[in-house]
Amino acid sequence: MTDGIDDKDKRRFLIAATTTVGAVGFGFAVWPFLASLKPSARTQAAGAPVEIDISKLEDGQRLIVEWRGKPVWIVKRTEKMLADLDTLTPKLRDINSEESIQPDYAKNITRSMKPEYLVVVGICTHLGCSPSYVKTTDAHDLGEDWKGGFFCPCHGSFFDLAGRVYLGVPAPTNLVVPPHTYLSDTRILVGVDPQAGVA
Amino acid sequence: MKNILTASLEWVDARFPLSKMWNEHLAQYYAPKNFNFWYYFGSLALVLLIMQIFTGIFLAGNYKPDAALAFGSVEYIMRDVNYGWLIRYMHSTGASFFFLFIYLHMFRALLYGSYKKPRELIWLIGMLIYVCLMAESFLGYLLPWGQMSYWGAQVIISLFGAIPVIGEELAVWVRGDYVIGDTTLNRFFAYHVVLVPIILLALAVVHIIALHEVGSNNPDGIDIKKHKDPKTGIPLDGIPFHPYYTVKDIVGIVVFLIFFSIIIFYMPEFHGYFLEYNNFVPADPMKTPAHIEPSWYFTPFYAILRAVPDKFLGVIAMGAAIVVLFFLPWLDRSPVRSIRYKGWIFKTALALFVISFFGLAYLGMNAPTPLRTDFARLFSAIYFGFFLLMPWYSKLDKTKPVPERVTDR
Amino acid sequence: MRQLILALTVLLPGIALASGGGVHLQEANNDLNDKASLQAGAKLFVNYCMGCHSANYVRFQRIGKDLGISNSELQENLMFNADKVGETMNIALDKSDVKRWFGVVPADLSVIARARGTDWLYTYLLSFYLDDSRPLGVNNLVFKDVGMPHVLWDRQGWQKPVYEVTTDAHGKTHQVLKTLELVGKDKMSGNEYLAKVESYRKDVRDLVNFLDYIGEPNKLVGRSLGWKVILFLVIFLGFAYALKKDYWKDVH
Repeated sequence: MTDGIDDKDKRRFLIAATTTVGAVGFGFAVWPFLASLKPSARTQAAGAPVEIDISKLEDGQRLIVEWRGKPVWIVKRTEKMLADLDTLTPKLRDINSEESIQPDYAKNITRSMKPEYLVVVGICTHLGCSPSYVKTTDAHDLGEDWKGGFFCPCHGSFFDLAGRVYLGVPAPTNLVVPPHTYLSDTRILVGVDPQAGVA
Repeated sequence: MKNILTASLEWVDARFPLSKMWNEHLAQYYAPKNFNFWYYFGSLALVLLIMQIFTGIFLAGNYKPDAALAFGSVEYIMRDVNYGWLIRYMHSTGASFFFLFIYLHMFRALLYGSYKKPRELIWLIGMLIYVCLMAESFLGYLLPWGQMSYWGAQVIISLFGAIPVIGEELAVWVRGDYVIGDTTLNRFFAYHVVLVPIILLALAVVHIIALHEVGSNNPDGIDIKKHKDPKTGIPLDGIPFHPYYTVKDIVGIVVFLIFFSIIIFYMPEFHGYFLEYNNFVPADPMKTPAHIEPSWYFTPFYAILRAVPDKFLGVIAMGAAIVVLFFLPWLDRSPVRSIRYKGWIFKTALALFVISFFGLAYLGMNAPTPLRTDFARLFSAIYFGFFLLMPWYSKLDKTKPVPERVTDR
Repeated sequence: MRQLILALTVLLPGIALASGGGVHLQEANNDLNDKASLQAGAKLFVNYCMGCHSANYVRFQRIGKDLGISNSELQENLMFNADKVGETMNIALDKSDVKRWFGVVPADLSVIARARGTDWLYTYLLSFYLDDSRPLGVNNLVFKDVGMPHVLWDRQGWQKPVYEVTTDAHGKTHQVLKTLELVGKDKMSGNEYLAKVESYRKDVRDLVNFLDYIGEPNKLVGRSLGWKVILFLVIFLGFAYALKKDYWKDVH
């Protein structure tokens, strides 16, 4: 059948052109389907920034709020707790949060905008469990020198009261600090960056 | 060094007949070279089947088969899901196009006698596909849970009630409820997305295998295998399906996609034929809309149902209108296949049949009046007459001599 | 009983009535591209309709994005019960209470324009008239014995039916509804009257435009995407057809 071809280049060109245009069209056609798997408007609306009143938070107390379906913790740290953070330095993996996820304004020793308030996503960076808050005053078997922090029951990772991960545990990085903004001294908006806006 | 692709292919071929299947069904499947316009609709129907399954998966990912949530979840798809509106319109418009193509595909068989020996089984499998498709569309039509969904399903399921003795109980069993309800919606969803699509896919494969076993018919209705090249054994009037018909079908598919796009982007309701206005009102079991009608592709049969002034006999007539199609290969006693060589009797009968079919479709879409009912009865009589009298008139008909080789090109 | 045969009169400010008993629908002629009209419609909707009707599938945020309304403007002008822009146009309404007041639960209006059509909505909102026989004192030409009050009366005024007495072929006389006119027409100049009628028509057109928009917020998205897709397909068709032609040169 191919004997009859009088212009092989023309046919080769047409095959290439049709295939290319067809492939481009196929790509365009696939896009809406892939895009449809992204969070819908409803999901985005449900994940809208959350406003939190922290006026009633007591020293050492933790408040849990839901943001995008995830627990966000706000811990009011005491002077003592903040002072203890420095003593933990040799035990931590990522002291200065170089490899961890947090907004620039929380990339410091206390991992927070205001030292007394820790705002973190309460999800272990290992495999997604939510760690428990273990204070020094709680009954625990984490040793004499436990300065308070978070313990993940799933695979045994420890985090200090700045959400920083300990050495020798499976979790690779510090707890994530979500974008947040102080609307006033007692109101925090989680999910909004003071500069960049809504996350 | 052997090319890695060739090597991989050989590796697969030693374990699975990949090249063999490619050759049998595409590269060395010799189709008559005189296919015309009517021969696009088989491959187009296949494209639609794939498209419906694909879009359906994405819709099922967001739809909720719950009487309290279904209507809202469709609107959620239409508004909140990224491109959900496009996927939904592809699916809803696709359903209508699927039927359009299946009807044209069946009409092609009627024109060129594609159901006649040795292709009876292809026709029977095709008829099963058609019946499954009707079931599939009926089941899917309930899912948006609008007024038309609800009352359409209510009416059709009530047809079971026409069966003597067991009818009422059968209808309750099908619904799982005394009326169409949450249970019905939930199970219809399961049938629509799992059961029927599996059967449809399997039947489509069997349909194609059966076709490729005996070879395609053609507009002349002649057997191209009678004249083969003595050296190669390839039919002289045959050309390999790939690349000749693949490149041709691509043209057909693109033309279809253009029409399809015009509808999904500019007239997705298609004047109420593809998406009924009343279906934008949530299902209300307390209130029937003033005028209900089935989807356009069911209206000829609905008109036959209404033409009979008896509930049970009406259902029988409607069922018979579909069942009679199964017998077509044995009703046609004409010595020739194609209409090109049939005489005036068959041509007249076919013309009357087409008019009746369209007439019934029109009548099924409109509220009955005494005049319309009379016409529905006349058209129903012609519909059945076309098939039931075929053994006689097709034999009586004076046919023309059939050429040895295909005439076009 | 008074028998009403609706006769057809095409009088500009009045309602045209079809002889078949139904009302000849007037064309809404709304324009989805007219953002000012959509914004005006949105305001009318939240102020007049949302007392009883919800639009549960419509998000304020989406309206803001499509109609060019900022979040703060949304909060100020359109959101009276909702506090987040991501919320839908829901209303807090005790369904059993409303059912007692109006006999029916007011429908959700998200897709009303798709169910009824814009022309019907337009005509419906123009067709309320005073009718003492009804519990709410009003009736409607296209929705007989409607349970909804004429909520837009402060924008339109009240309309009263104008009857005409006709004699049919059998010599019987009928009262025929000829048209609707505003109460107090005689106290207004012709121009005043027309201006009042026209201003209400504009309100209704804006409102219907908004209902049309929320019925299918992606309609304009589809229209703007559609021609690009079709153009692409036409180009592809050119290549595919050329390829087909080239291959089929082999076939003799």
